[in-house]
Amino acid sequence: MDEPLRSHATPRSLVCAVTAALLLGLALTLVSTAPAQAEPDDLVLAQSEDDEGSPTLLFGTFRNQEGPVEGIEASVSSEDDTVIETVTTDENGQWEVEVPAGGTYLVTVESLPEGISLREGERSTAEASVDEGQRQAVVFRLGEAAETAGFGAQAAQQLLSGVRFGLIIAMTAVGLSLVFGTTGLINFAHGEFVVFGAILTWFINVSAGVNLILATVLGVVLSGVLGAGVDRVLFRPLRRRGLSLFQLLVVTIGLSLAIRFTLLMFYGGSTRRYTDYVGQQQVSLGPLSATPRDLTIMALSIVVLVLVATMLRTSRLGKAMRAVADNRDLAESSGIDVERIIGIVWIVGAGLAGLGGIFYGTSLGVNYFSGFQLLLLMFAGVILGGLGTAYGAMFGSLVVGIITELSVLWFPDEIKFAWALGVLVIVLLFRPQGLLGRRERIG
Amino acid sequence: MDLISVAETALRSAFGPQAAFYALLAIGLNVHYGYTGLLNFGQVGFMLVGAYGVGISVATFGLSLWAGVGVAIVFAIALALLLGAPTLRLRSDYFAITTIAIAEVLRLLVRSSPATDLTGGPFGLQSVAVEFYAVNPLPAGLSLGPLTYPVAVTWSLLVTWTLVVLATVLVALLMKSPWGRVLRAIREDEDAARSLGKNVFSYKMQSLVLGGVIGSLGGVMYAIAGSTVNADIFRPQVTFYAYAILILGGAASRLGPIVGAVIFWFLFSFVQGFVRQAQSADLLPDFFSSGAIGGAALTLTGIGLMLLVVFRPQGIFGNKRELALDA
Amino acid sequence: MPDTSPMPPGPLADVAHEPCVAKPDPILVADEVRRSFGGLTAVDVDHLEVQRGVITAVIGPNGAGKTTFFNLLTGFDSPDHGSWSFNGVDLTGQASHHIARKGLVRTFQLTKALSRLTVMDNMKLGAVDQRGERLLNAVFSALWRDQEREIEGRATEILERFQLLDKQDDYAGELSGGQRKLLEMARALMVGPELILLDEPMAGVNPALVQSLLRHVTQLRDDGMSVIFVEHDMDVVMNISDWVAVLAEGRVIAEGPPASILSNPDVISAYLGSDEGADGFLDGE
Repeated sequence: MDEPLRSHATPRSLVCAVTAALLLGLALTLVSTAPAQAEPDDLVLAQSEDDEGSPTLLFGTFRNQEGPVEGIEASVSSEDDTVIETVTTDENGQWEVEVPAGGTYLVTVESLPEGISLREGERSTAEASVDEGQRQAVVFRLGEAAETAGFGAQAAQQLLSGVRFGLIIAMTAVGLSLVFGTTGLINFAHGEFVVFGAILTWFINVSAGVNLILATVLGVVLSGVLGAGVDRVLFRPLRRRGLSLFQLLVVTIGLSLAIRFTLLMFYGGSTRRYTDYVGQQQVSLGPLSATPRDLTIMALSIVVLVLVATMLRTSRLGKAMRAVADNRDLAESSGIDVERIIGIVWIVGAGLAGLGGIFYGTSLGVNYFSGFQLLLLMFAGVILGGLGTAYGAMFGSLVVGIITELSVLWFPDEIKFAWALGVLVIVLLFRPQGLLGRRERIG
Repeated sequence: MDLISVAETALRSAFGPQAAFYALLAIGLNVHYGYTGLLNFGQVGFMLVGAYGVGISVATFGLSLWAGVGVAIVFAIALALLLGAPTLRLRSDYFAITTIAIAEVLRLLVRSSPATDLTGGPFGLQSVAVEFYAVNPLPAGLSLGPLTYPVAVTWSLLVTWTLVVLATVLVALLMKSPWGRVLRAIREDEDAARSLGKNVFSYKMQSLVLGGVIGSLGGVMYAIAGSTVNADIFRPQVTFYAYAILILGGAASRLGPIVGAVIFWFLFSFVQGFVRQAQSADLLPDFFSSGAIGGAALTLTGIGLMLLVVFRPQGIFGNKRELALDA
Repeated sequence: MPDTSPMPPGPLADVAHEPCVAKPDPILVADEVRRSFGGLTAVDVDHLEVQRGVITAVIGPNGAGKTTFFNLLTGFDSPDHGSWSFNGVDLTGQASHHIARKGLVRTFQLTKALSRLTVMDNMKLGAVDQRGERLLNAVFSALWRDQEREIEGRATEILERFQLLDKQDDYAGELSGGQRKLLEMARALMVGPELILLDEPMAGVNPALVQSLLRHVTQLRDDGMSVIFVEHDMDVVMNISDWVAVLAEGRVIAEGPPASILSNPDVISAYLGSDEGADGFLDGE
């Protein structure tokens, strides 16, 4: 591609300058539009922060299935192959190199400890561009540790992760499904309810120093308050105005942007952890291993889901909710205060979303941008189970969580969410009413 | 605080590359949603295939840029057909969810490391538009009051805004025709259109293809303007901003997408510049994080979108009388 | 079954007053058409022939499957079983827009005026085989301008007849309920139907307009079209229909000229067993 450059009057430097200027323009607009540089990926831990005057850094973390890998040697060189620094990963698998200025650098894995290898197909050198004063993560993927367990054990371990993830999605998805069932509204801001709970709990736990258990209780209550407020201030008046489906969808999208980026303003772009229950040792359960934290989260999730299901099935309130979902007019004429029930649905749904977010954050860290990704997975779960049925949402979400984690056995980790969304699309094509849903005309 | 310079920067963005890409996305959405009533929430997917169509052709296979543009359009048509064939019969809220999911799956796939050889994976593709800048006929960049752009930017802006105008004219002509009348009828009630002998599925598909191709040109020009393609740009929010632009300008209006894009980017950039200045002047309370600059503008976008769609859903150019009839 | 009602005039004079009877010149023939939702059978029509050039009323208690039957015939729903033909051409499984183009056009119980299109645009939309409706022609108005003018002329004529011409530039959504019904019927005529299916054309129409609507329906017949309509109002049915088919629980339980239906014991018992009751039936509500 160099030919036209040399033969033409346009000097390369101009093209470079133009490109750089355009990139800068893009960085100012598009990138700040989507400041979420990194995915909630096990392999990428940190975010680029945009503090002015701070050092320009390249950094990364090496981990494999068993956790961080210490003793990997990596070098950072400039584009003209001058080595700037060679580093070795610490016990957390982390490394960090300060580079002199913004620009493009090459990061090379120089040596690996015994039994550790890069994942098949992974290059040992990666190119990384970093802007002045920024931090840029550089990702290398490690292969399975040499003496990894057999496929069966791996599958069982992934199944466990899948169940954990599925339970969390299920808890968050119940609210999405209940709100849709009772009001016909697809709430695009529901993912933000999840993150709202997680981030508020982070402030209570880390900034205010309250123990995580108490902070969780407070976080769930505040999430419920958010749900109540959103219904009371926004959607109840809007229901009276009789907006179109499109208008309501756009309102939820606007709400989702408003919540998400308000959280960004206060919380920043990093992924952070709660103070408590970090760095736990995994305990073995036969062929499986898990941290006590994750086991507790799973147990609590199951308890909460069973409670919600029981509440829906047996309590007066639950029956009223199902009646409203079934036929609003009939429910109203049989003496149910429909608006009150809808208000409670918002509170319960947002509270559960917040709790799910806190569990997610306890397990995987808290950031402001996971909401939308989770929302798409919730959609997948809710539609798989059957839109509007709470049990369907729980069941579908569990399936989605398991599919997501099991896909990692065969396919790259980065596209695990794509499988879940693929399932969503396939379900819509072949059984749009979902696995547990009633057949009705949706086409 | 230097509000004049903030306003000047805002004015530059109002007619800058972003506004132009988004105008193309919004014109495409206008065909889908404004005229046909298709709730396409995956418009960013068309932008993605446009950008990668050019990027892969040029950077991966070494084809000429012009061939790349052709490939991009073919990709967009293929995406519309693949997306529409199974989903156009679904109810509109399901259609919205499916389109958003498919666009996101595309993004995850192109940025994944197994796709690195083809798409550059997480690193994206570079040196896409060398040929484009090689044929730049402009002697110097635009300098019109605050509207100053470097020569290369001016060149790409000229081409992008020309495409915007051409797309606007094309859509206006089509919507005045009996073909456009069928689309509007489908928007109102597809069963009625069917009962009058119109093949609703086929028209929806044509609408999806047309709006998708126009949207993909936004991706093509994004790839050309920056000479790079990076998957992380193509997040679902992009579609939402395009909807914000469309609603701001007025859905189903001819000039709505252009005016919407210009105003949106003016406001967006103004708020960003304002907050940036406030932050550097230490006017912001400490509890705001470094994300405040991007966050403030986007938070206001969200709030503005809610207020707009509730209180002035016809936007600036939309027909109030028409909208009042929404049964 | 003794039947003392007078014979209808014309082609149906010699046809027996019994369900599923053959007609001398049927335009539409349906055979063993079945449709069930869940466990509930909505339509179960063994055999039904519709005579050409007359007005046939389809009546029956609520939930008898009248609208579902219309939906099936016009391709808006697909049957579990059965076949039907129109002018001798098999229509089973055809898409709704194909069926409409063949000349079997319907209206809807809940009027589907295209609110944000003008009355004239509503009308023009009805015309078939428009060159300008093809994407590639649409940009070049020279290709379709003449045809458009011709269609507009036809639309003007029909609007005039339906007394809607002064509303031609109004949005359809601005019309009154009765005017929308008229517009829907007028628009259906633009398709050039041979058989028009009217689903409750009088429902929700201001009583003052009913007479004018009735005249339009009989006019359709006098212009040589065949008409089927679903109606609850027995006065209307007695007034304008030449033949009546009664559906109950999805089956055709009686056929005959309107007068014979009123005295048919099967019909009375079908209505008695329904929510409406025989009173409603006999009162004509």
